Amino acid sequence: MELAALLAIPLLGCAVLALLGHRRGAPEINGAFSLATLAAAAALTVRVIENGPLRLWQDQFFIDPLNVFLVALTAFVGFTTSLFSRPYMRVEREHGRLTAGSMRLYHSMFQMFMFTMLLALTTNNMGILWVAMEGATLATVLLVSLYRTAASLEAAWKYFILCGVGIAQALFGTILLYLAAEPVLGREGGALLWTQLDAIKGSLEPTVLSLAFVFLLVGYGTKVGLVPLHNWLPDAHAEGPTPISAVLSGLLLNVAIYAVVRCKVLVDGSLHTHFAGNLMMGFGLLSVGVAAFFLSRQRDIKRMFAYSSIEHMGIITFAFGMGGPMASFAGLLHMTVHSLTKSAIFFTVGHAVQKTGTQIMDDIRGLLGANPTIGWGLMLGSLAILGMPPFGVFASEFLILTTAMHEHPWATPILLVSLGVAFAAIFGKVQPMVFGETTARRLPHPPAILPVFVHLAAVLMLGLWIPPYLAEWYRQAAKFIG
Amino acid sequence: MSALSALPLSGQIINLLAAVLLLISFAMLVQRRILSLIDLFAAQGAVLCLSTVLVAVTTGQRHLYFSAAITLVLKVVLLPWILHRLIRRLNVKWDVEGLINIPTTMLVGIVVVVVAFNLALPISQLAGTLTRPTLGIALATVLLAFLMMITRSKAVPQVIGFLSMENGLFFAATSATYGMPMVVEMGIALDVLIGMIIFGVFFFQIRTQFDSLDISHLEQLKEK
Repeated sequence: MELAALLAIPLLGCAVLALLGHRRGAPEINGAFSLATLAAAAALTVRVIENGPLRLWQDQFFIDPLNVFLVALTAFVGFTTSLFSRPYMRVEREHGRLTAGSMRLYHSMFQMFMFTMLLALTTNNMGILWVAMEGATLATVLLVSLYRTAASLEAAWKYFILCGVGIAQALFGTILLYLAAEPVLGREGGALLWTQLDAIKGSLEPTVLSLAFVFLLVGYGTKVGLVPLHNWLPDAHAEGPTPISAVLSGLLLNVAIYAVVRCKVLVDGSLHTHFAGNLMMGFGLLSVGVAAFFLSRQRDIKRMFAYSSIEHMGIITFAFGMGGPMASFAGLLHMTVHSLTKSAIFFTVGHAVQKTGTQIMDDIRGLLGANPTIGWGLMLGSLAILGMPPFGVFASEFLILTTAMHEHPWATPILLVSLGVAFAAIFGKVQPMVFGETTARRLPHPPAILPVFVHLAAVLMLGLWIPPYLAEWYRQAAKFIG
Repeated sequence: MSALSALPLSGQIINLLAAVLLLISFAMLVQRRILSLIDLFAAQGAVLCLSTVLVAVTTGQRHLYFSAAITLVLKVVLLPWILHRLIRRLNVKWDVEGLINIPTTMLVGIVVVVVAFNLALPISQLAGTLTRPTLGIALATVLLAFLMMITRSKAVPQVIGFLSMENGLFFAATSATYGMPMVVEMGIALDVLIGMIIFGVFFFQIRTQFDSLDISHLEQLKEK
């Protein structure tokens, strides 16, 4: 029941907003649908807290500790982003950067994007997971090119082709997975259902599964933005409207990591070696290192934070690659806090860019003078994402680093140097943007400050105290990720 | 040769069709006329449809008839028709300029096929189906389509390469496992169709912006 509502509400929202078009109330209706989705997600979460994991509709859907908190997080960030996009998109419209038609497309596809991500998270079928991931690309690709500038068209084309090719590799991996499972489960046995595969993973053919994992990791890894498959990510984040950058960075990357982790569990069960983990650690470290060094070369504020997303996805992939209860716990925590912090940062960046009329960091100065809340929001958000205590990112990065020192000491210096370089790059660029003389102007609509500080408060809370049921989910999920 | 003649007749025909598929992939790799390229894509779809029907008849897998019907409607009729319409509307009859010359592309293509066969060897020994030798060809088709996307500089051939890659994946699914579950195949077909429509929208957007469909215009966003 709750699940049906969770999936139906965004789908209905997509249809309603497509029909309504750009009428005055469209942003509010978008917000209302997102709020209803959040309510459904909350109801589902409460039910899982009370009754434990669920399997629904002939096992086609299932909710376990690993995906329940991601569903709640996705619905929550979706709602706050819709709050942020209300004043943001109005200002864009009044500056003449968007037409009525593109507003209709934006609101409708925003809901569609939420639907595909929630479907990808809740489905039990690896094939449907693939279809939903591709659907998420399709829903956002026209949003990246919403401004119709040469640069945004190029970003969208790159996004479409690279993610399309990448995800095609994941489909080949899924076919191989099915090939391995079919002799054991039979055609009618639901040989692509994850719960079924998990139950028999010990008897899956190891050679097929290891090849399948390579394709799956490359495929979904393209969407995660792992180096060297990351080329689409900074462009898509920088050229699309800021609410889309926020949900791409905060939510889509998480869902892609989730897909990789699901596959890793199956492969580990079949191979009994550290093959999958080693691959993920390699890709993760490479992403952290490369992204950190690219950070200092950025001039565009949204590009810089996009590279920061690549860096954090690298950290998360590395953590899951290491495996073990502690590292997986830290990886899950890092997914949560990164998603909250990064979307909060993009909210403030969006308002700051509108105020100053440029994305070039050298031209953004004195945000504190222009609007103290935006200035402090950007400053605190940047400190949080850089892993300053007492924010939650510090807690998860600390856990990952200590585990790495224990199990893979050779990796620790690479991680520490990268984090240091990233700190210097981001802090050195954010500081002059926040302080100094202002050049900003007044905006016709008051900025949405509430989402920023709600997110940062949540990240602060996770750094100091994790609610017991959340910690319990992390522990249970970490146990079976292994 | 004895291993081949041990196969039943239908198996031999499927192997033949797989070989035709590979040939068409090579033809697409070097074809420079865009209209012929679309025709080749339609032919590839037709071969795919035929082999699916043949597998369905031999093995009695009923749902493969539906897959074959989807292939026929989508890849032989609908997508080539959309592409033809787009070409007419955009008025682009020009020949395609390759980034690498034809002989080099062919040589790289041969290397790709050898790699694909080696990669698929351990798996096709396990597949245990009528069609198992063809998995290598399916992988080769995917990689050749990938190569085609890399070597072409215009938008339309890149998209055809993308669709051809999907053909290869579909053939892999049929030959390795007698097709994916129905609901997944429907989803994939839907994604391909929507993707094609979005490509169409893109063509017009790129065209209005740059007065050309040459995607080498799309190389401004780089790290400085």
